[in-house]
Amino acid sequence: MKRVQFSSYFTQYFFIAPQLAIILIFLYLPIVQTFRDAFTIQDAFGFGRYFSGFDNFTFVLSDPNYITALKFTLIFIVVITFFSCSIGLLLAVQANNVIHGKSTYKTLLIWPYAIAPAVVGVTANYFFSERLGILYNFFNGLWGFDWYDNVYDAYIYVFIAASWKQISANFIFFLAGLQNIQKSIIEASIIDCKSSFRRFWTITFPLLMPTTFFLIIINITYSFFDTLGIIDTTTIGAPSGETKTLVYKAYIDGFKGLDLGSAGAQSIIMMLIVLVITVFQFRFIEGKIHYN
Amino acid sequence: MSRIFRTTVSHSILIWGVLLMIVPLWLVFASSTHTNSYIYNEGMQWKIGGEFFENYDRVLNRKGGFTKEITASGIFYNSFIMAFGIASLSVFVSMMAAYSLVYFKTRFSTLFFWLIFITLLVPLELRILPSYQIVSDLNLLNSYAGLILPLSASAIATFFFRQYYRSIPEELLEAAKLDGANSWKFFIDFLVPLSKTMVAAMFIFMFVYGYNQYLWPLIMTTSEKYWTVVMGLKMIYGGNSVDRYTYVILSLIPPVIIIVFLQRLFIQGLFQSK
Repeated sequence: MKRVQFSSYFTQYFFIAPQLAIILIFLYLPIVQTFRDAFTIQDAFGFGRYFSGFDNFTFVLSDPNYITALKFTLIFIVVITFFSCSIGLLLAVQANNVIHGKSTYKTLLIWPYAIAPAVVGVTANYFFSERLGILYNFFNGLWGFDWYDNVYDAYIYVFIAASWKQISANFIFFLAGLQNIQKSIIEASIIDCKSSFRRFWTITFPLLMPTTFFLIIINITYSFFDTLGIIDTTTIGAPSGETKTLVYKAYIDGFKGLDLGSAGAQSIIMMLIVLVITVFQFRFIEGKIHYN
Repeated sequence: MSRIFRTTVSHSILIWGVLLMIVPLWLVFASSTHTNSYIYNEGMQWKIGGEFFENYDRVLNRKGGFTKEITASGIFYNSFIMAFGIASLSVFVSMMAAYSLVYFKTRFSTLFFWLIFITLLVPLELRILPSYQIVSDLNLLNSYAGLILPLSASAIATFFFRQYYRSIPEELLEAAKLDGANSWKFFIDFLVPLSKTMVAAMFIFMFVYGYNQYLWPLIMTTSEKYWTVVMGLKMIYGGNSVDRYTYVILSLIPPVIIIVFLQRLFIQGLFQSK
Protein backbone atom coordinates (compact mmCIF):
# COMPACT_ATOMS: atom_id res chain seq x y z
CA MET A 1 0.00 0.00 0.00
CA LYS A 2 1.06 3.52 -0.59
CA ARG A 3 2.25 5.63 2.31
CA VAL A 4 1.10 8.94 0.90
CA GLN A 5 -2.63 8.89 0.47
CA PHE A 6 -5.75 10.97 0.53
CA SER A 7 -8.12 10.73 3.43
CA SER A 8 -11.35 12.23 2.14
CA TYR A 9 -14.28 9.93 2.81
CA PHE A 10 -16.50 11.64 0.29
CA THR A 11 -14.15 11.27 -2.67
CA GLN A 12 -13.29 7.71 -1.75
CA TYR A 13 -16.95 6.70 -1.66
CA PHE A 14 -17.72 8.65 -4.79
CA PHE A 15 -15.10 6.79 -6.80
CA ILE A 16 -16.01 3.35 -5.54
CA ALA A 17 -19.78 3.85 -5.60
CA PRO A 18 -20.46 2.85 -9.25
CA GLN A 19 -18.56 -0.45 -8.94
CA LEU A 20 -20.21 -1.22 -5.59
CA ALA A 21 -23.69 -0.37 -6.90
CA ILE A 22 -23.31 -2.77 -9.84
CA ILE A 23 -21.93 -5.62 -7.76
CA LEU A 24 -24.52 -5.18 -5.00
CA ILE A 25 -27.44 -5.36 -7.43
CA PHE A 26 -26.12 -7.87 -9.95
CA LEU A 27 -23.76 -9.96 -7.82
CA TYR A 28 -24.58 -9.90 -4.14
CA LEU A 29 -28.35 -9.88 -4.55
CA PRO A 30 -28.20 -12.98 -6.81
CA ILE A 31 -25.81 -14.65 -4.34
CA VAL A 32 -28.23 -14.01 -1.47
CA GLN A 33 -31.01 -15.49 -3.60
CA THR A 34 -28.85 -18.49 -4.41
CA PHE A 35 -28.46 -19.15 -0.70
CA ARG A 36 -32.19 -18.70 -0.14
CA ASP A 37 -32.96 -21.16 -2.96
CA ALA A 38 -30.43 -23.65 -1.67
CA PHE A 39 -31.83 -23.80 1.85
CA THR A 40 -35.53 -23.77 0.99
CA ILE A 41 -37.92 -25.94 -0.97
CA GLN A 42 -40.61 -24.42 -3.15
CA ASP A 43 -43.89 -26.25 -3.63
CA ALA A 44 -44.78 -27.36 -7.14
CA PHE A 45 -46.97 -24.35 -7.87
CA GLY A 46 -44.52 -21.74 -6.66
CA PHE A 47 -46.81 -20.41 -3.88
CA GLY A 48 -45.04 -21.54 -0.75
CA ARG A 49 -41.46 -21.78 0.28
CA TYR A 50 -40.24 -23.44 3.42
CA PHE A 51 -36.90 -23.89 5.11
CA SER A 52 -35.39 -27.25 4.39
CA GLY A 53 -31.95 -27.15 5.99
CA PHE A 54 -29.44 -29.18 4.04
CA ASP A 55 -32.05 -31.28 2.19
CA ASN A 56 -31.15 -29.83 -1.19
CA PHE A 57 -27.48 -30.53 -0.57
CA THR A 58 -28.01 -34.15 0.46
CA PHE A 59 -30.30 -34.56 -2.53
CA VAL A 60 -27.65 -33.21 -4.91
CA LEU A 61 -24.73 -35.09 -3.39
CA SER A 62 -26.55 -38.41 -3.29
CA ASP A 63 -27.42 -38.14 -6.97
CA PRO A 64 -25.08 -40.45 -8.94
CA ASN A 65 -25.34 -38.10 -11.93
CA TYR A 66 -23.86 -35.35 -9.83
CA ILE A 67 -20.90 -37.50 -8.84
CA THR A 68 -20.39 -38.37 -12.52
CA ALA A 69 -20.34 -34.65 -13.38
CA LEU A 70 -17.96 -33.96 -10.52
CA LYS A 71 -15.51 -36.62 -11.69
CA PHE A 72 -15.74 -35.47 -15.28
CA THR A 73 -15.12 -31.84 -14.28
CA LEU A 74 -11.98 -32.77 -12.34
CA ILE A 75 -10.57 -34.87 -15.21
CA PHE A 76 -11.52 -32.11 -17.62
CA ILE A 77 -9.66 -29.47 -15.59
CA VAL A 78 -6.50 -31.57 -15.32
CA VAL A 79 -6.43 -32.61 -18.99
CA ILE A 80 -7.14 -29.14 -20.41
CA THR A 81 -4.67 -27.43 -18.09
CA PHE A 82 -1.97 -29.99 -18.87
CA PHE A 83 -2.32 -30.03 -22.65
CA SER A 84 -2.96 -26.35 -23.28
CA CYS A 85 -0.18 -25.34 -20.88
CA SER A 86 2.37 -27.76 -22.37
CA ILE A 87 1.64 -26.86 -25.97
CA GLY A 88 1.50 -23.15 -25.11
CA LEU A 89 4.83 -23.38 -23.27
CA LEU A 90 6.48 -25.40 -26.06
CA LEU A 91 5.45 -22.84 -28.67
CA ALA A 92 6.43 -19.90 -26.45
CA VAL A 93 9.92 -21.32 -25.86
CA GLN A 94 10.43 -21.84 -29.62
CA ALA A 95 9.07 -18.36 -30.43
CA ASN A 96 11.46 -16.90 -27.88
CA ASN A 97 14.38 -18.79 -29.51
CA VAL A 98 13.97 -17.73 -33.10
CA ILE A 99 15.30 -14.46 -34.38
CA HIS A 100 13.49 -14.22 -37.69
CA GLY A 101 9.73 -14.14 -37.96
CA LYS A 102 9.10 -13.81 -34.24
CA SER A 103 6.29 -11.30 -34.55
CA THR A 104 4.69 -13.15 -37.46
CA TYR A 105 4.55 -16.35 -35.41
CA LYS A 106 3.21 -14.36 -32.48
CA THR A 107 0.34 -12.90 -34.52
CA LEU A 108 -0.52 -16.26 -36.08
CA LEU A 109 -0.59 -18.00 -32.70
CA ILE A 110 -2.40 -15.30 -30.75
CA TRP A 111 -5.58 -14.81 -32.76
CA PRO A 112 -7.57 -17.88 -31.59
CA TYR A 113 -7.64 -16.17 -28.18
CA ALA A 114 -10.36 -13.94 -29.61
CA ILE A 115 -12.71 -16.73 -30.70
CA ALA A 116 -15.72 -17.43 -28.50
CA PRO A 117 -15.89 -20.88 -26.84
CA ALA A 118 -19.28 -21.47 -28.47
CA VAL A 119 -17.79 -20.76 -31.92
CA VAL A 120 -14.95 -23.19 -31.19
CA GLY A 121 -17.58 -25.76 -30.20
CA VAL A 122 -19.50 -25.35 -33.46
CA THR A 123 -16.26 -25.67 -35.43
CA ALA A 124 -15.29 -28.81 -33.52
CA ASN A 125 -18.75 -30.11 -34.30
CA TYR A 126 -17.92 -30.09 -38.01
CA PHE A 127 -14.83 -32.21 -37.38
CA PHE A 128 -16.66 -34.72 -35.22
CA SER A 129 -20.01 -35.05 -37.01
CA GLU A 130 -20.91 -38.63 -37.70
CA ARG A 131 -21.03 -38.97 -41.44
CA LEU A 132 -18.50 -36.50 -42.80
CA GLY A 133 -16.44 -35.21 -39.86
CA ILE A 134 -12.74 -35.42 -40.70
CA LEU A 135 -11.59 -36.30 -37.18
CA TYR A 136 -14.57 -38.58 -36.63
CA ASN A 137 -13.61 -40.62 -39.66
CA PHE A 138 -9.93 -40.52 -38.76
CA PHE A 139 -10.44 -41.88 -35.23
CA ASN A 140 -13.14 -44.21 -36.46
CA GLY A 141 -10.62 -45.76 -38.82
CA LEU A 142 -8.28 -46.35 -35.87
CA TRP A 143 -10.57 -47.99 -33.32
CA GLY A 144 -14.25 -47.66 -34.14
CA PHE A 145 -14.64 -44.16 -32.65
CA ASP A 146 -18.21 -43.25 -31.75
CA TRP A 147 -18.75 -40.41 -29.30
CA TYR A 148 -22.52 -40.76 -29.43
CA ASP A 149 -22.20 -44.05 -27.55
CA ASN A 150 -18.76 -44.32 -26.02
CA VAL A 151 -17.91 -42.20 -22.99
CA TYR A 152 -14.17 -42.06 -23.61
CA ASP A 153 -14.64 -41.09 -27.24
CA ALA A 154 -16.91 -38.27 -26.11
CA TYR A 155 -14.16 -37.21 -23.67
CA ILE A 156 -11.66 -37.02 -26.54
CA TYR A 157 -14.07 -34.84 -28.50
CA VAL A 158 -14.57 -32.21 -25.77
CA PHE A 159 -10.94 -32.36 -24.60
CA ILE A 160 -9.67 -31.54 -28.09
CA ALA A 161 -12.17 -28.71 -28.59
CA ALA A 162 -11.60 -27.14 -25.17
CA SER A 163 -7.79 -27.46 -25.12
CA TRP A 164 -7.38 -26.07 -28.64
CA LYS A 165 -9.12 -22.84 -27.67
CA GLN A 166 -6.89 -22.31 -24.63
CA ILE A 167 -3.45 -22.80 -26.27
CA SER A 168 -3.16 -19.15 -27.41
CA ALA A 169 -3.88 -17.71 -23.98
CA ASN A 170 -1.15 -19.87 -22.45
CA PHE A 171 1.20 -19.00 -25.29
CA ILE A 172 0.74 -15.24 -24.77
CA PHE A 173 1.47 -15.41 -21.04
CA PHE A 174 4.39 -17.85 -21.27
CA LEU A 175 6.04 -15.77 -23.99
CA ALA A 176 5.69 -12.63 -21.87
CA GLY A 177 7.08 -14.54 -18.90
CA LEU A 178 10.08 -15.73 -20.91
CA GLN A 179 10.81 -12.24 -22.17
CA ASN A 180 10.74 -10.96 -18.59
CA ILE A 181 13.60 -13.24 -17.50
CA GLN A 182 16.80 -11.24 -17.23
CA LYS A 183 19.25 -11.85 -20.06
CA SER A 184 22.20 -11.98 -17.63
CA ILE A 185 20.82 -15.05 -15.84
CA ILE A 186 20.42 -16.91 -19.13
CA GLU A 187 23.91 -15.89 -20.29
CA ALA A 188 25.45 -17.01 -17.01
CA SER A 189 23.67 -20.35 -17.25
CA ILE A 190 24.99 -20.92 -20.79
CA ILE A 191 28.53 -20.77 -19.40
CA ASP A 192 27.73 -23.25 -16.61
CA CYS A 193 25.65 -25.77 -18.48
CA LYS A 194 26.02 -26.94 -22.06
CA SER A 195 22.79 -28.87 -22.48
CA SER A 196 20.00 -26.51 -23.47
CA PHE A 197 17.44 -29.11 -22.38
CA ARG A 198 18.80 -29.26 -18.83
CA ARG A 199 19.25 -25.51 -18.76
CA PHE A 200 15.56 -25.09 -19.51
CA TRP A 201 14.36 -27.36 -16.71
CA THR A 202 16.82 -26.18 -14.05
CA ILE A 203 17.00 -22.44 -14.78
CA THR A 204 14.28 -21.15 -17.09
CA PHE A 205 11.36 -23.24 -15.90
CA PRO A 206 11.77 -22.41 -12.17
CA LEU A 207 12.00 -18.74 -13.12
CA LEU A 208 8.74 -19.13 -15.04
CA MET A 209 6.90 -20.47 -11.98
CA PRO A 210 5.01 -17.24 -11.19
CA THR A 211 3.62 -17.27 -14.75
CA THR A 212 2.79 -20.98 -14.51
CA PHE A 213 1.05 -20.45 -11.19
CA PHE A 214 -1.03 -17.62 -12.62
CA LEU A 215 -1.86 -19.68 -15.72
CA ILE A 216 -2.96 -22.69 -13.69
CA ILE A 217 -5.56 -20.49 -12.01
CA ILE A 218 -6.61 -19.05 -15.39
CA ASN A 219 -6.92 -22.53 -16.91
CA ILE A 220 -8.92 -23.90 -13.98
CA THR A 221 -11.35 -21.00 -14.19
CA TYR A 222 -11.58 -21.48 -17.95
CA SER A 223 -12.25 -25.23 -17.74
CA PHE A 224 -14.72 -24.73 -14.93
CA PHE A 225 -16.80 -21.87 -16.26
CA ASP A 226 -16.01 -20.79 -19.82
CA THR A 227 -16.35 -24.24 -21.36
CA LEU A 228 -20.13 -24.15 -20.93
CA GLY A 229 -20.41 -22.74 -24.46
CA ILE A 230 -18.24 -25.56 -25.79
CA ILE A 231 -20.22 -28.36 -24.10
CA ASP A 232 -23.51 -26.82 -25.21
CA THR A 233 -22.39 -26.76 -28.86
CA THR A 234 -20.57 -30.11 -28.99
CA THR A 235 -21.77 -33.15 -27.03
CA ILE A 236 -24.55 -31.49 -24.96
CA GLY A 237 -23.55 -34.07 -22.33
CA ALA A 238 -23.60 -37.12 -24.65
CA PRO A 239 -23.60 -40.13 -24.47
CA SER A 240 -25.93 -39.76 -21.46
CA GLY A 241 -24.70 -36.97 -19.20
CA GLU A 242 -21.10 -38.18 -18.86
CA THR A 243 -19.66 -35.07 -20.50
CA LYS A 244 -21.62 -32.55 -18.43
CA THR A 245 -19.44 -30.27 -16.33
CA LEU A 246 -20.75 -29.13 -12.96
CA VAL A 247 -21.55 -25.69 -14.34
CA TYR A 248 -23.38 -27.14 -17.31
CA LYS A 249 -25.36 -29.50 -15.11
CA ALA A 250 -26.40 -26.69 -12.77
CA TYR A 251 -27.55 -24.66 -15.77
CA ILE A 252 -29.54 -27.55 -17.24
CA ASP A 253 -31.13 -28.50 -13.89
CA GLY A 254 -31.98 -24.89 -13.10
CA PHE A 255 -33.15 -23.64 -16.46
CA LYS A 256 -34.46 -26.67 -18.24
CA GLY A 257 -35.52 -28.60 -15.13
CA LEU A 258 -36.63 -25.50 -13.18
CA ASP A 259 -35.36 -27.06 -9.97
CA LEU A 260 -34.27 -23.91 -8.13
CA GLY A 261 -33.35 -25.65 -4.88
CA SER A 262 -31.06 -28.14 -6.55
CA ALA A 263 -29.48 -25.50 -8.81
CA GLY A 264 -28.89 -23.22 -5.81
CA ALA A 265 -27.26 -26.02 -3.81
CA GLN A 266 -25.10 -26.92 -6.83
CA SER A 267 -23.97 -23.30 -7.19
CA ILE A 268 -22.94 -23.15 -3.54
CA ILE A 269 -21.03 -26.43 -3.79
CA MET A 270 -19.17 -25.03 -6.82
CA MET A 271 -18.35 -21.79 -4.99
CA LEU A 272 -16.84 -23.94 -2.23
CA ILE A 273 -14.83 -25.99 -4.73
CA VAL A 274 -13.44 -22.86 -6.39
CA LEU A 275 -12.67 -21.36 -2.99
CA VAL A 276 -10.85 -24.51 -1.85
CA ILE A 277 -8.79 -24.71 -5.05
CA THR A 278 -7.83 -21.04 -4.77
CA VAL A 279 -6.86 -21.24 -1.11
CA PHE A 280 -4.96 -24.47 -1.70
CA GLN A 281 -2.98 -22.91 -4.52
CA PHE A 282 -2.08 -19.83 -2.55
CA ARG A 283 -1.00 -21.79 0.51
CA PHE A 284 0.83 -24.73 -0.98
CA ILE A 285 2.01 -23.76 -4.42
CA GLU A 286 2.73 -20.08 -4.19
CA GLY A 287 4.94 -20.56 -1.14
CA LYS A 288 7.31 -22.67 -3.23
CA ILE A 289 7.74 -20.17 -6.05
CA HIS A 290 10.77 -17.94 -6.47
CA TYR A 291 9.85 -14.49 -7.60
CA ASN A 292 12.76 -12.72 -9.20
CA MET B 1 25.98 -26.62 -36.83
CA SER B 2 24.02 -27.27 -33.67
CA ARG B 3 22.75 -23.73 -33.73
CA ILE B 4 21.36 -24.11 -37.25
CA PHE B 5 19.84 -27.44 -36.22
CA ARG B 6 18.15 -25.89 -33.20
CA THR B 7 16.75 -22.99 -35.20
CA THR B 8 15.37 -25.42 -37.78
CA VAL B 9 13.68 -27.45 -35.03
CA SER B 10 12.21 -24.27 -33.51
CA HIS B 11 10.85 -23.11 -36.83
CA SER B 12 9.29 -26.45 -37.65
CA ILE B 13 7.60 -26.71 -34.24
CA LEU B 14 6.27 -23.18 -34.67
CA ILE B 15 5.00 -23.94 -38.15
CA TRP B 16 3.16 -27.00 -36.83
CA GLY B 17 1.68 -24.81 -34.09
CA VAL B 18 0.53 -22.22 -36.61
CA LEU B 19 -1.02 -24.94 -38.78
CA LEU B 20 -2.81 -26.36 -35.75
CA MET B 21 -4.37 -22.94 -35.21
CA ILE B 22 -5.14 -22.07 -38.81
CA VAL B 23 -6.16 -25.29 -40.57
CA PRO B 24 -9.46 -25.83 -38.68
CA LEU B 25 -10.68 -22.35 -39.50
CA TRP B 26 -9.37 -22.54 -43.06
CA LEU B 27 -11.53 -25.62 -43.62
CA VAL B 28 -14.56 -23.79 -42.28
CA PHE B 29 -13.81 -20.80 -44.51
CA ALA B 30 -13.21 -22.88 -47.64
CA SER B 31 -16.42 -24.80 -46.97
CA SER B 32 -18.36 -21.55 -46.64
CA THR B 33 -17.71 -20.78 -50.31
CA HIS B 34 -19.47 -23.82 -51.79
CA THR B 35 -23.12 -24.57 -52.50
CA ASN B 36 -25.31 -25.97 -49.79
CA SER B 37 -25.96 -29.36 -51.38
CA TYR B 38 -22.29 -29.88 -52.17
CA ILE B 39 -21.27 -29.34 -48.53
CA TYR B 40 -24.16 -31.43 -47.33
CA ASN B 41 -23.05 -34.40 -49.40
CA GLU B 42 -19.29 -34.01 -49.36
CA GLY B 43 -18.49 -32.47 -45.97
CA MET B 44 -15.80 -29.88 -45.33
CA GLN B 45 -13.67 -28.71 -48.22
CA TRP B 46 -9.98 -27.73 -48.52
CA LYS B 47 -10.42 -25.73 -51.71
CA ILE B 48 -12.28 -22.48 -52.15
CA GLY B 49 -15.50 -22.73 -54.16
CA GLY B 50 -17.30 -20.20 -56.33
CA GLU B 51 -20.14 -19.18 -54.05
CA PHE B 52 -18.29 -16.72 -51.81
CA PHE B 53 -20.27 -13.58 -52.62
CA GLU B 54 -23.63 -15.32 -52.89
CA ASN B 55 -23.26 -17.03 -49.51
CA TYR B 56 -21.95 -14.06 -47.57
CA ASP B 57 -24.47 -11.69 -49.08
CA ARG B 58 -27.31 -14.07 -48.32
CA VAL B 59 -26.31 -14.69 -44.71
CA LEU B 60 -25.77 -11.02 -43.95
CA ASN B 61 -28.96 -9.75 -45.52
CA ARG B 62 -31.53 -12.50 -45.56
CA LYS B 63 -34.25 -12.14 -42.96
CA GLY B 64 -34.37 -15.05 -40.55
CA GLY B 65 -35.51 -16.22 -37.14
CA PHE B 66 -39.06 -17.17 -36.20
CA THR B 67 -40.52 -13.84 -37.22
CA LYS B 68 -38.44 -13.57 -40.39
CA GLU B 69 -37.66 -10.00 -39.47
CA ILE B 70 -34.07 -10.11 -38.26
CA THR B 71 -30.91 -10.16 -40.35
CA ALA B 72 -27.36 -11.12 -39.45
CA SER B 73 -26.37 -7.46 -39.83
CA GLY B 74 -28.86 -6.56 -37.10
CA ILE B 75 -27.45 -9.25 -34.87
CA PHE B 76 -23.93 -7.92 -35.40
CA TYR B 77 -25.14 -4.50 -34.41
CA ASN B 78 -26.53 -5.90 -31.13
CA SER B 79 -23.28 -7.70 -30.34
CA PHE B 80 -21.33 -4.56 -31.04
CA ILE B 81 -23.52 -2.49 -28.70
CA MET B 82 -23.24 -5.16 -26.01
CA ALA B 83 -19.45 -5.52 -26.29
CA PHE B 84 -18.88 -1.78 -26.53
CA GLY B 85 -21.18 -1.12 -23.57
CA ILE B 86 -19.54 -3.74 -21.37
CA ALA B 87 -16.03 -2.60 -22.33
CA SER B 88 -16.54 1.12 -21.79
CA LEU B 89 -18.62 0.81 -18.64
CA SER B 90 -16.34 -1.71 -16.97
CA VAL B 91 -13.16 0.22 -17.81
CA PHE B 92 -14.69 3.42 -16.47
CA VAL B 93 -16.04 1.85 -13.30
CA SER B 94 -12.94 -0.28 -12.53
CA MET B 95 -10.59 2.64 -13.01
CA MET B 96 -12.50 4.67 -10.48
CA ALA B 97 -12.78 1.78 -8.03
CA ALA B 98 -9.06 1.00 -8.28
CA TYR B 99 -8.24 4.65 -7.63
CA SER B 100 -10.39 4.58 -4.54
CA LEU B 101 -8.72 1.35 -3.34
CA VAL B 102 -5.12 2.45 -3.85
CA TYR B 103 -5.06 6.15 -3.02
CA PHE B 104 -7.43 6.35 -0.06
CA LYS B 105 -6.96 4.94 3.38
CA THR B 106 -10.03 4.98 5.54
CA ARG B 107 -11.91 2.61 7.80
CA PHE B 108 -13.71 0.76 5.02
CA SER B 109 -10.85 0.30 2.55
CA THR B 110 -10.28 -3.34 3.45
CA LEU B 111 -13.98 -4.12 3.37
CA PHE B 112 -14.33 -2.58 -0.11
CA PHE B 113 -11.32 -4.54 -1.31
CA TRP B 114 -12.81 -7.87 -0.23
CA LEU B 115 -16.31 -6.98 -1.45
CA ILE B 116 -14.88 -6.51 -4.92
CA PHE B 117 -12.38 -9.35 -5.12
CA ILE B 118 -14.54 -12.07 -3.60
CA THR B 119 -16.68 -11.68 -6.73
CA LEU B 120 -13.90 -13.40 -8.70
CA LEU B 121 -15.20 -16.62 -7.16
CA VAL B 122 -18.72 -16.09 -8.47
CA PRO B 123 -18.77 -15.62 -12.23
CA LEU B 124 -22.07 -15.16 -14.00
CA GLU B 125 -22.37 -18.89 -14.76
CA LEU B 126 -22.79 -19.58 -11.04
CA ARG B 127 -25.54 -17.07 -10.41
CA ILE B 128 -27.30 -17.24 -13.72
CA LEU B 129 -30.80 -18.11 -12.44
CA PRO B 130 -31.08 -15.45 -9.72
CA SER B 131 -29.44 -12.91 -12.05
CA TYR B 132 -32.13 -13.68 -14.56
CA GLN B 133 -34.80 -13.14 -11.90
CA ILE B 134 -33.34 -9.82 -10.81
CA VAL B 135 -32.98 -8.53 -14.34
CA SER B 136 -36.55 -9.61 -14.96
CA ASP B 137 -37.76 -7.85 -11.77
CA LEU B 138 -36.04 -4.69 -12.96
CA ASN B 139 -37.85 -5.01 -16.31
CA LEU B 140 -34.56 -5.25 -18.15
CA LEU B 141 -35.16 -8.49 -20.07
CA ASN B 142 -34.78 -7.85 -23.78
CA SER B 143 -32.89 -4.59 -23.43
CA TYR B 144 -29.35 -3.44 -24.00
CA ALA B 145 -29.08 -2.41 -20.35
CA GLY B 146 -29.97 -5.95 -19.32
CA LEU B 147 -27.31 -7.37 -21.64
CA ILE B 148 -24.64 -4.95 -20.42
CA LEU B 149 -25.09 -4.15 -16.71
CA PRO B 150 -24.72 -7.58 -15.05
CA LEU B 151 -21.43 -8.15 -16.88
CA SER B 152 -19.88 -4.76 -16.44
CA ALA B 153 -18.42 -4.94 -12.93
CA SER B 154 -15.13 -6.66 -13.64
CA ALA B 155 -13.00 -7.68 -10.68
CA ILE B 156 -10.22 -8.62 -13.10
CA ALA B 157 -10.11 -5.17 -14.71
CA THR B 158 -10.20 -3.57 -11.26
CA PHE B 159 -7.34 -5.82 -10.20
CA PHE B 160 -5.21 -4.80 -13.21
CA PHE B 161 -5.81 -1.10 -12.61
CA ARG B 162 -5.03 -1.57 -8.94
CA GLN B 163 -1.72 -3.30 -9.71
CA TYR B 164 -0.85 -0.58 -12.18
CA TYR B 165 -1.59 2.28 -9.80
CA ARG B 166 0.43 0.58 -7.11
CA SER B 167 3.43 0.45 -9.43
CA ILE B 168 3.36 4.24 -9.94
CA PRO B 169 6.09 5.86 -7.80
CA GLU B 170 4.85 7.67 -4.71
CA GLU B 171 6.88 10.74 -5.65
CA LEU B 172 4.27 11.49 -8.29
CA LEU B 173 1.57 11.99 -5.68
CA GLU B 174 3.93 13.93 -3.40
CA ALA B 175 4.87 16.27 -6.24
CA ALA B 176 1.26 16.67 -7.28
CA LYS B 177 0.28 17.49 -3.71
CA LEU B 178 3.06 20.09 -3.47
CA ASP B 179 1.66 21.68 -6.60
CA GLY B 180 -1.69 21.86 -4.86
CA ALA B 181 -3.54 19.08 -6.70
CA ASN B 182 -6.49 17.66 -4.80
CA SER B 183 -7.81 14.12 -5.14
CA TRP B 184 -9.96 14.98 -8.20
CA LYS B 185 -7.27 16.87 -10.02
CA PHE B 186 -4.76 14.11 -9.36
CA PHE B 187 -7.03 11.50 -10.88
CA ILE B 188 -8.05 13.48 -13.94
CA ASP B 189 -4.78 15.28 -14.72
CA PHE B 190 -2.23 12.64 -13.67
CA LEU B 191 -3.61 9.12 -13.45
CA VAL B 192 -5.98 9.08 -16.41
CA PRO B 193 -3.37 10.27 -18.94
CA LEU B 194 -0.78 7.91 -17.42
CA SER B 195 -2.98 4.85 -17.71
CA LYS B 196 -3.79 5.20 -21.41
CA THR B 197 -2.15 1.90 -22.37
CA MET B 198 -3.85 0.12 -19.51
CA VAL B 199 -7.22 1.58 -20.52
CA ALA B 200 -6.70 0.35 -24.08
CA ALA B 201 -5.66 -3.14 -22.95
CA MET B 202 -8.59 -3.52 -20.58
CA PHE B 203 -10.98 -2.14 -23.19
CA ILE B 204 -9.81 -4.78 -25.68
CA PHE B 205 -9.99 -7.49 -23.04
CA MET B 206 -13.51 -6.59 -21.97
CA PHE B 207 -14.70 -6.03 -25.56
CA VAL B 208 -13.70 -9.55 -26.55
CA TYR B 209 -15.19 -10.86 -23.30
CA GLY B 210 -18.48 -9.09 -23.95
CA TYR B 211 -18.65 -10.02 -27.61
CA ASN B 212 -18.02 -13.69 -26.84
CA GLN B 213 -20.76 -13.99 -24.21
CA TYR B 214 -22.98 -16.96 -24.93
CA LEU B 215 -25.11 -18.04 -21.98
CA TRP B 216 -26.30 -14.67 -20.74
CA PRO B 217 -27.76 -13.40 -24.02
CA LEU B 218 -29.10 -16.89 -24.69
CA ILE B 219 -31.30 -16.88 -21.60
CA MET B 220 -32.22 -13.24 -21.24
CA THR B 221 -33.24 -12.33 -24.79
CA THR B 222 -36.55 -13.87 -25.63
CA SER B 223 -37.14 -11.28 -28.32
CA GLU B 224 -35.19 -11.82 -31.52
CA LYS B 225 -34.57 -8.09 -31.72
CA TYR B 226 -31.84 -8.43 -29.08
CA TRP B 227 -30.13 -11.58 -30.26
CA THR B 228 -26.34 -11.47 -30.36
CA VAL B 229 -23.88 -13.09 -32.75
CA VAL B 230 -22.51 -15.91 -30.61
CA MET B 231 -25.85 -17.10 -29.27
CA GLY B 232 -27.25 -16.84 -32.80
CA LEU B 233 -25.12 -19.84 -33.73
CA LYS B 234 -27.42 -21.99 -31.66
CA MET B 235 -30.66 -20.23 -32.47
CA ILE B 236 -30.56 -19.46 -36.18
CA TYR B 237 -28.67 -22.15 -37.99
CA GLY B 238 -28.74 -25.80 -37.16
CA GLY B 239 -27.15 -28.73 -38.90
CA ASN B 240 -24.67 -28.82 -41.67
CA SER B 241 -25.96 -25.97 -43.86
CA VAL B 242 -23.44 -23.82 -45.66
CA ASP B 243 -25.06 -20.76 -44.10
CA ARG B 244 -23.78 -21.83 -40.72
CA TYR B 245 -20.21 -22.14 -42.02
CA THR B 246 -20.54 -18.64 -43.41
CA TYR B 247 -21.99 -17.37 -40.16
CA VAL B 248 -19.16 -18.94 -38.11
CA ILE B 249 -16.57 -17.10 -40.19
CA LEU B 250 -18.47 -13.80 -39.97
CA SER B 251 -18.90 -14.19 -36.23
CA LEU B 252 -15.22 -14.46 -35.49
CA ILE B 253 -14.04 -11.61 -37.72
CA PRO B 254 -14.69 -8.65 -35.35
CA PRO B 255 -12.86 -9.94 -32.22
CA VAL B 256 -10.04 -11.49 -34.25
CA ILE B 257 -9.43 -8.22 -36.11
CA ILE B 258 -9.31 -6.36 -32.81
CA ILE B 259 -6.82 -8.77 -31.26
CA VAL B 260 -4.59 -8.99 -34.33
CA PHE B 261 -4.37 -5.27 -35.00
CA LEU B 262 -4.26 -4.09 -31.41
CA GLN B 263 -2.15 -6.94 -30.01
CA ARG B 264 0.78 -4.65 -29.22
CA LEU B 265 -1.37 -2.38 -27.06
CA PHE B 266 -3.17 -5.35 -25.51
CA ILE B 267 -0.01 -7.19 -24.50
CA GLN B 268 1.80 -4.04 -23.37
CA GLY B 269 -1.05 -3.13 -21.06
CA LEU B 270 -1.49 -6.65 -19.73
CA PHE B 271 2.14 -6.98 -18.70
CA GLN B 272 3.13 -3.50 -17.67
CA SER B 273 1.59 -4.01 -14.25
CA LYS B 274 3.72 -7.03 -13.44
